[in-house]
Amino acid sequence: MELLSGADMLIRSLQDEGIENIYGYPGGAALHIYDALFRQDKVKHILVRHEQAAVHMADGYARATGKPGTVLVTSGPGATNTITGIATAFMDSIPMVVLCGQVASSLIGEDAFQETDMIGVSRPVVKHNLSVRHPQDIPETIRKAYHIASTGRPGPVVVDIPKDMTTPNERYEYSYPKKVKLRSYNPAVRGHSGQIKKAVDMLLAAKRPVIYAGGGVILGKATEQLTELTRLLGYPITNTLMGIGCYPCSDKQHLGWLGMHGTYEANMTMHHSDLILAVGARFDDRVTNATEKFCPGARIVHIDIDPASISKTIDADVPIVGPVDSVLNEMLSLVKGAKEKPDADALAAWWKQIDEWRAFHGMRYETSDDVIKPQEVVEMLSRLTNGEAFVTSDVGQHQMFAAQYYKFDKPNRWINSGGLGTMGFGLPAAMGVKHTHPDDEVLCITGEGSIQMNIQELSTCKQYDLPVKIINLNNQALGMVKQWQDMNYESRHSQSYMESLPDFMKLVEAYGHVGIRIERKEDLEPKLKEALAMKDKLVFVDILIDRYEHVYPMQVARGSMKDMWLSKTERV
Amino acid sequence: MRRIISVLLENEPGALSRVVGLFSQRNYNIETLTVAPTEDETLSRLTVTTTGSDKVIEQITKQLNKLIEVVKLVDLTEGSHIERELMLVKLKATGSQRAEIKRTVDIFRGQIVDVTSSVYTVQLAGSSDKLDGFVQAVGTSGVLEVVRTGVSGIARGEKVLSL
Repeated sequence: MELLSGADMLIRSLQDEGIENIYGYPGGAALHIYDALFRQDKVKHILVRHEQAAVHMADGYARATGKPGTVLVTSGPGATNTITGIATAFMDSIPMVVLCGQVASSLIGEDAFQETDMIGVSRPVVKHNLSVRHPQDIPETIRKAYHIASTGRPGPVVVDIPKDMTTPNERYEYSYPKKVKLRSYNPAVRGHSGQIKKAVDMLLAAKRPVIYAGGGVILGKATEQLTELTRLLGYPITNTLMGIGCYPCSDKQHLGWLGMHGTYEANMTMHHSDLILAVGARFDDRVTNATEKFCPGARIVHIDIDPASISKTIDADVPIVGPVDSVLNEMLSLVKGAKEKPDADALAAWWKQIDEWRAFHGMRYETSDDVIKPQEVVEMLSRLTNGEAFVTSDVGQHQMFAAQYYKFDKPNRWINSGGLGTMGFGLPAAMGVKHTHPDDEVLCITGEGSIQMNIQELSTCKQYDLPVKIINLNNQALGMVKQWQDMNYESRHSQSYMESLPDFMKLVEAYGHVGIRIERKEDLEPKLKEALAMKDKLVFVDILIDRYEHVYPMQVARGSMKDMWLSKTERV
Repeated sequence: MRRIISVLLENEPGALSRVVGLFSQRNYNIETLTVAPTEDETLSRLTVTTTGSDKVIEQITKQLNKLIEVVKLVDLTEGSHIERELMLVKLKATGSQRAEIKRTVDIFRGQIVDVTSSVYTVQLAGSSDKLDGFVQAVGTSGVLEVVRTGVSGIARGEKVLSL
């Protein structure tokens, strides 16, 4: 057997795990590991400018590819800087392994230089964390970390590695375990057949059914099964912000997404339904609005890999714990074999009603002859890229506009921080996508507030040649905060203006990239085309948009799903 | 409603902090908590008493089960069970009080385990209610110090919580 140091074992374990890309930042406690990294060329490392960005890059990579992302940082500040990124991945169930250096075991607990209890600090925002106590444990620990991160309901796993676990001249026998056995961790491999049968019976008997799909469909790689089942039944489908792309947006059965800024028709359909088939969604507060008023006439079938997500906020009538792909496969074969068919008359009446709702609002917005509307920028981008780009966003109004007006027909293309709502996510996430999808168009739709939260990564983009397109919807304000202040605080704009914005053109040029500024409506299309035509350049497109625009529809606070503002003046 | 949840946990560093962290993070109550290794040294047994609606209790058991180090758990209050708690209490015991306290300790089937000229130290085991009853009976004014272990529990009959 081969003899390797702990640091070499760590890198070899990553190789044997099939990890090709890691994102990180070196420092004292991780230096043995960085040296081992230097002496090989299978695992590629991207050096970011701030550790938070490394985590978002790994996250973007994971969301686009469906594979776990990997981060490597040092102890203390290196480790604590990853926390926001880890929490972001945790809330959206993104598989990820974060390797953190730690001070030598003999120093732990002595307030040593760059010592932080990373196991303790990360605990509330990880799926699990592991500490290495002997160099020989490294291969098994790494195997365990990836196994836990990527199975069941995925999530981030932190591995804490004291420096003396990686000492160069102490060598041990290396072998990478093929399998890992954890007696206390056995995620469900299939749903309960009796429950699935019951669910299908209810589904076929429903008069006003709706399918409500979430990010779990994308994470569980079940978009094909979901699409087939939805088409077979002919039922309306809506999805969450995280589920965008799990069913083609351009399809007639698709109602758009639901919830706080969801479409009128999706929210109305949910509220008036008699049966909701929830697939890989978690009845988040941004979806349900007031839980006691949630969909009063609906019975609920809930499929999720995580039993704790079922009946957490909304009680399920038929809970099904299992992987969405296998459960949907079983449902498909039951529906195909069933004697009873959906009630055609009831369904026709239901669709007639839904089409009326659809016609009533239809995601309209007021256009203007001289001011650029953020909605039209996104619509144009969707058209110019044939709805095929990877789109990342930050958090706020621009995020909602991007999600509402870009037409995603494929999964894994819409990449945003839905659960935690992390500003600063968009650019590094886009970098993680571009790095592994060099031939695809990658757009970061952002705002002048969010982009400044990780703008230092323009430097990383230069070093690694990551020509993403940054679309800065610049309204010179923290738009969503301002919208809430307009609606709830009599327009007292407390700390929501971004005064003294940088000259973004000079800024991006200083980082070695190209800047384009769009101020006039007539320049929008030609200049966007010009930006998209520069395939090998990072282009920062700074677009001055309407400063007063709000995102609609917007659910009325503490109301039911059907209570919405449709514009600044219309409330239903 | 008060519940007693018994958990088999991997006997590993940090496992306990995950359980405790979960309760504070998700705003659940912990009334008592006891933990010690079992006859299988790779496992610890943890007993937690908590209160909450059925919905909250269901979430607590689901969230506990999600912790990687939790091997198995049971809500003892779902079936008939035995619960015990141990209390050591120091009581002021002078003059005529001494005989009275001794009688009360006997009634509660406790034991006086240490004696000085002015203090009795009493050991008492039983359900939490019984321990509360004893403290009430001797009167809080005479109580100098109380230490309780928290509840341990086990199911009645042949039901066993093991691997």
